[in-house]
Amino acid sequence: MAAMARSWATKPHIGLWAIGFWLVLAALPLIGFVTESPSFEYYLFMGQSMLIYAIAVLGLNLLIGFNGQISLGHSAFFAVGAYAAAILMVHASVPYWLAIPLAGIVCFGAGFLFGFPALKLEGHYLALATFTLAIAVPQLLKHKSIAGWTGGVGGVLLDKPDPPAFLPLSVDQFLYYVCLIVAMALFWIVYNLLRGRSGRAMMAIRDHAMAAGTMGIDTALYKTMTFGVSAAITGMAGALSAITVAYVAPDSFTLQLSISFLVGLVVGGIASLPGCLIGGAFIVLVQNSSQSISDWMKDAFSLRYDVPAWAIYGTLLLLLMFFLPNGLAGGITAIRGLFSRATQKT
Amino acid sequence: MEFFIQQIVAGLTNGAIYACVALGLVMIYVSTDHINFAQGEMAMFATFLAWAMIDAGVPYWVAFGLTIMVAFFGGLFIQRVILKPLENAPVLALVVCFIALLSIFNAIAGMIWSFTIKQFPSPFPSRDLFGNGLVSAQQLGVVAVTLVMLGLLTVFFRYTTLGLAMRAAAQNASSARLMGVRVSWMLALGWGLASGIGAIAGMLVAPIVFLDPNMMAGILVYGFAGALVGGIANPLGAVAGGFIVGVLENLVGSYIIGNELKLSFALVMVIGVLLLKPAGLFGRVIVRRV
Repeated sequence: MAAMARSWATKPHIGLWAIGFWLVLAALPLIGFVTESPSFEYYLFMGQSMLIYAIAVLGLNLLIGFNGQISLGHSAFFAVGAYAAAILMVHASVPYWLAIPLAGIVCFGAGFLFGFPALKLEGHYLALATFTLAIAVPQLLKHKSIAGWTGGVGGVLLDKPDPPAFLPLSVDQFLYYVCLIVAMALFWIVYNLLRGRSGRAMMAIRDHAMAAGTMGIDTALYKTMTFGVSAAITGMAGALSAITVAYVAPDSFTLQLSISFLVGLVVGGIASLPGCLIGGAFIVLVQNSSQSISDWMKDAFSLRYDVPAWAIYGTLLLLLMFFLPNGLAGGITAIRGLFSRATQKT
Repeated sequence: MEFFIQQIVAGLTNGAIYACVALGLVMIYVSTDHINFAQGEMAMFATFLAWAMIDAGVPYWVAFGLTIMVAFFGGLFIQRVILKPLENAPVLALVVCFIALLSIFNAIAGMIWSFTIKQFPSPFPSRDLFGNGLVSAQQLGVVAVTLVMLGLLTVFFRYTTLGLAMRAAAQNASSARLMGVRVSWMLALGWGLASGIGAIAGMLVAPIVFLDPNMMAGILVYGFAGALVGGIANPLGAVAGGFIVGVLENLVGSYIIGNELKLSFALVMVIGVLLLKPAGLFGRVIVRRV
């Protein structure tokens, strides 16, 4: 994992690229003012989902990529965030802009608490405990003792927030900007967190926990805090998903959701911040185009069956682990390295 | 009282299945230190193969044996092709690979056989055995199959050269290699056995929970709990742990928390054991030199 430490997060000249990239993302919904295409609203919704998945992957990446704690249970924190936001908005009529950070705080608490038992667990064991959490959560959410709040199997319906009157935006354009602003804020926070003392402590713990401890780093505190922050970020993604979909239901927070975060993480690149965005976009693209990918594969290999998205995910995970263990972002960095070496020689 | 005994018997039946799953996990854990998250889906896939064979008219026990053989070689193949190149990979890469296998098996089973629930035949009649409504032939059969399998495995590991070589490879790989044991192949053999045992668990549980691609998710969690309770590095402990979890799960489910929270009980057990007694009831505490 030490090789993964050489990530984009610590390189200074990336700044301009990052600003330009975010500006492009911010300009995309404005196409809506010139296009007549009826599917534009749908593309906007896809954009929202990509940003939401990118935030969730960011939370997971902070924990796995930068702190070395493996979690297969982040669907649980996503669920807690989504339910917290939905319950706050429906039962306490909290406005959406307050519900998102409040959901983050709730998830920080949940993650911090789960971080305590996680302290004693390493590697496979932590993966196992969080795997169990991911499987148990849908059942817990359906339980009748909290059905008054969670709506049991039926879930909670909520209203999409209206854009403020002074902005000439449609609901979907507005929600896209809400997701984008939260994403930018969280990426900026994580970027700064990683550049500072805390970030170095987190990475030191990942690379060698015992050595970090002898250097005077409070490993227990940093590990639980990282778990909490990671859960808070993923929880805010959950809150955004509750707001943009306007519905939460227990069966959408299964182990599969955790696995899709993991797919995003591995595809984008472990311990890479731009990789989180690549990963988020990738998850949504595969989910949305799995039918056409499947049709294409049926034609190309004359298969008898539809190829499900999960088979594609799984095969891709295996291939990446074998051929590109640092993900697409790692691959891009490697290619850039080749180019800069080539130019230096001439 | 009668209800209580019924619950214990039902718990032992489930426990037998959890014991098989736990044993499969331990089989892989002792030799490679990996926790195989795909164990449940591999078992599910094997069970579908058995279902397809029985559906095509193959007699039950022939299909049973053939499925175990196919699962054995399938496990061997997966270890050789996918896991052997990753022998020295970091934990995260391995976890990702297991999760990938889990997704692939689940998706392919759904693709070939669809996600509709199927009935899986049981070789044992469901009638009452002693006429007092306590034990059915089906339940006795499940426990008996598990015990026979355990007996065969014990004989294999204790009284055959190959079993001895496998134990040696798991205990001290470098010394075993010096003695001429082909350690890498022993690991593959362990994977094959684990896969075969998993197939037995799948075929035993399918008549109870019905066959569908997601049937093993919950069972795998109980299998984890069983393996951890008994000590994940101890095969006999894992079997005992499986039975303990089965009985506890049924008693707690019917008397205290209700059936909806049974999986959460497994979660509490997993985390509780990992925190309070990580070596399990029958395991040895491992001291690591730094």
